[in-house]
Amino acid sequence: MFKGQSLPLAMFLVVMLVTWLTRALPFLVFGKKGISPTLRYINIVLPASIMMLLVLYSLRNVEYLSYPYGMPELISVAVTVALQRLKKNTFLSILVGTLCYMILIRTLFLV
Amino acid sequence: MKTLRFAAKQTVPILFSYVFVGIAFGILMIEEGFSLFSVILSSTFIYAGSMQFVMISFVLSGAPLITVAILTFFINARHIFYGIGMLDRFKGMGIKYPYMVLTVTDETYSVYQSISYPKDLDPQQVDFYIAFLCHMLWIVSCVFGAVAGQIMPWDMTGIEFSATLFFVTVVVNQWIDFKSHIPAIVGFISGIAFYFILGKDNFLLPGLSVSMIVLMLLKDKVTLKLEGKKNV
Repeated sequence: MFKGQSLPLAMFLVVMLVTWLTRALPFLVFGKKGISPTLRYINIVLPASIMMLLVLYSLRNVEYLSYPYGMPELISVAVTVALQRLKKNTFLSILVGTLCYMILIRTLFLV
Repeated sequence: MKTLRFAAKQTVPILFSYVFVGIAFGILMIEEGFSLFSVILSSTFIYAGSMQFVMISFVLSGAPLITVAILTFFINARHIFYGIGMLDRFKGMGIKYPYMVLTVTDETYSVYQSISYPKDLDPQQVDFYIAFLCHMLWIVSCVFGAVAGQIMPWDMTGIEFSATLFFVTVVVNQWIDFKSHIPAIVGFISGIAFYFILGKDNFLLPGLSVSMIVLMLLKDKVTLKLEGKKNV
């Protein structure tokens, strides 16, 4: 493992710098200027849209059209939502939801 | 100290996802013939889970640099939206500012959205510890995967789903706490619409962009709700 090929430097630098760019871009463009009221409003409301889209994004690779039709994922998400509404305990919700998922894919919904 | 402990507690929800995806990355990189040094380099300076995996295929397929640049940009473009929502957050952090900006990931962004800061702690100090702890956790996990990954005794398949569920809990909390449901609904509708129109790999950026535009158009309505009656 200490030998092995190294990353081609140019490719590594491109990936690194472009990744850095995507993270830095908003701060570079808007950082120095003051924040306009519109931007302030966006700052407050956009995260809720982003988080919803992030949930959808993390569920995008599930095959919903064929068995098991995304049931392990959707059931586990439903369990997590229910538990979070009930107890508002993040650790508990994630723990139970994850266990639910790991059990479902090993039992009821063998792929 | 107290700030560190609080910060550490905030990162627990993403712990398992980072650890096991990191380990998977370390294992894969070694399997494909790369050195431990490459693993350390990637996890330290790129620090972007999906991107690191894609980079492996770039190298193996000998993709031209311009393709790499363009694809890297689109794969990571959602970070632009994270930054837009956090412009004020790191102001005044001096030398730590670039580090904070460059260590925003899907998971750390979600953690930032989920925190209620205790009154006696400095939010920026908390944020720094979170950024730093997550970054170190990622590096250590990738290295651990590279070095010892083959010796996992238990089948941990599915444990990375915990990240998705963490995002879900943040959405639930936002739904309960936020006076207007419009942003969440806008995000959901545009996401689903573009998922069907453009497919699973192309829906995120249009979804984010259109959500932002729609929210700007609905500014008056949403602002009214935010300033209006208390959430029932």
